[in-house]
Amino acid sequence: MKGRRLYLDGVSVVFDGFRALNNLALIVEPGELRAVIGPNGAGKTTMMDVITGKTRPTEGIVSFGDADLTRMDEAAIANLGIGRKFQKPTVFDALTVFENLELALKAPRGPIACIRWALTGEAKSRIEATMQEIGLTERAQDKAGILSHGQRQWLEIGMLLMQDPDLMLVDEPVAGMTDAETEHTAALLVRIAGRRSVVVVEHDLEFVRALNCRVTVLAEGSLLSEGSIDHVQNDERVIEVYLGR
Amino acid sequence: MSVTALPAAAPSRLRLGLRAVLVGAVLVLAAMPVLNQLPSDHALHVSDFLVSVTGKWICYAILALSLDLAWGYAGILSLGHGAFFALGGYAMGMHLMRLIGPRGVYGHPVLPDFMVFLGYQELPWYWLGFDSFAFAMLMVLVVPGLLAFVLGFLCFRSRITGVYFSIITQAMTYALMLAFFRNDMGFGGNNGFTDFKELLGMPLNTSSARAALFYASLVALVGCYLVCRWLTATKYGRVLTAIRDAESRVRFLGYSVTQHKLFAFVLSAMMAGLAGALYVPQVGIINPGEFSPGNSIEAVVWVAVGGRGTLVGAVLGAFSVNGLKTWLTSAAPDLWLFVLGGLFVLVTLFLPRGLIGLLQGRPK
Ligand SMILES: Nc1ncnc2c1ncn2[C@@H]1O[C@H](COP(=O)(O)OP(=O)(O)OP(=O)(O)O)[C@@H](O)[C@H]1O
Ligand SMILES: [Mg+2]
Repeated sequence: MKGRRLYLDGVSVVFDGFRALNNLALIVEPGELRAVIGPNGAGKTTMMDVITGKTRPTEGIVSFGDADLTRMDEAAIANLGIGRKFQKPTVFDALTVFENLELALKAPRGPIACIRWALTGEAKSRIEATMQEIGLTERAQDKAGILSHGQRQWLEIGMLLMQDPDLMLVDEPVAGMTDAETEHTAALLVRIAGRRSVVVVEHDLEFVRALNCRVTVLAEGSLLSEGSIDHVQNDERVIEVYLGR
Repeated sequence: MSVTALPAAAPSRLRLGLRAVLVGAVLVLAAMPVLNQLPSDHALHVSDFLVSVTGKWICYAILALSLDLAWGYAGILSLGHGAFFALGGYAMGMHLMRLIGPRGVYGHPVLPDFMVFLGYQELPWYWLGFDSFAFAMLMVLVVPGLLAFVLGFLCFRSRITGVYFSIITQAMTYALMLAFFRNDMGFGGNNGFTDFKELLGMPLNTSSARAALFYASLVALVGCYLVCRWLTATKYGRVLTAIRDAESRVRFLGYSVTQHKLFAFVLSAMMAGLAGALYVPQVGIINPGEFSPGNSIEAVVWVAVGGRGTLVGAVLGAFSVNGLKTWLTSAAPDLWLFVLGGLFVLVTLFLPRGLIGLLQGRPK
């Protein structure tokens, strides 16, 4: 474990006068598993956009260890050890499952390095182990474009595993999954946290409970409540804006 | 499919069939200059016209390959590849002009005719070195490569993609055309370069020179094809495909999209330059018309018709569309532009995978 903490303070993002994030603060300790919940439009995805360099904050501090993420581009942030799974699963349709994972596998990223890349036995067995984990071994040679929504979710989770990041941001991983798959995902995330920090956004409270971790509630771009799942579920304000609906 | 067979699947029968067809096609092409030597009443005689026109098409096929690498794999739709082709052609043309030496109409020992005519006292600095074949060949690659590097760097870094990038490349080739039309650029103005005498000690306009240039082009085509085939089969090729389909997603995996696109674009421009350099001594002339925006668009049509992202398709497209053009421009010259436009529309609407798609049947 590489002991770097994710630190957000006073972060605001303004789109044409609309505050998607408003003075948000968040600290995720090294190795911590954290769930983030909140109503639609609360700014959960925008928070991930800010951490991964997709969106520049209008103001505020965003850092990972001593790296200032507001000054880096997406690729540099990814190479720093921050990986992301998107809310809408995005995989490379023209490539096979195996090739998608191979592309994500942690390795030098320059053009020359990619040309000279040769699949070693070790890399191959890592990819195979991941395919086993995400249940896509049978589909290794299938183009990602023909996978079902749930399988695409799994493939993107697999790609995240291949990147071996120190911080994983996972946006709504269980949408489109069966109950059994949802349980599997929760167990997987619990298992891989500890060696790395994991931030999970999810609406499914059953799933969040299974993660058994600290929960952050966002609403209207700000921190509404934070604590154990029982704590936030009994928080008056959370019930009012989110759970009570 | 068993996991242990990963990832190199055995070549399918289609692949093997394709390979046989390709080798056959290269052999047929290679036989043409030989058959040209047969007496003209022989059944297998190939006319001078057919040899020279095929030599040109081979150069076009290299241009199409280079465009397919950029467009078909990396998704960079360049509508200015004709400019890289023309720059390679001009670099070769400068070498050929220097080789004329005192044999020009004005008999000046060093200066090409057009410079004597325009009152130049000495060679402009950028003409120095072009008397050397090796230097000229280097420039054939470096000049298009450098232009692609600068343009690509500025555009890719600013994330200018899609139609905006295409428009910029059109503007680039148009601007170059206007610049090369000017006499004071030192490139012969609207007449360009012609009246070449020799290359590598070999007098041009002889059937042996024609054959030599034909074979040089064929070797270049096969070489470029193999390089592209190899490159696109590496992980780099898969990164390009990923960029083509989901550029922004690739960044979150830690790949610098700018670097990868730039590499492909520069390599592609160099290949286009090589094609132009082989083309010019075969047609015996290069002028600013080669920069005309229509040329670049035609090259895109070849690739689209043949089937982009397949390499073979690009070559097939270049040969078939140019074959059609050669036939039509003698049969019904006014129709060509309509046919070209119609072809593009038809292929886009009904044959998105081009002629190759037709041959391959349903996608896997
Ligand atoms: N690029 C953008 N331009 C303008 N508004 C945006 C942009 N991105 C997000 N927003 C707005 O910011 C708000 C927060 O969006 P965000 O996607 O972060 O919410 P979320 O918490 O992830 O919601 P959900 O649960 O629906 O995924 C929304 O109102 C959204 O419309
Ligand atoms: Mg969201």
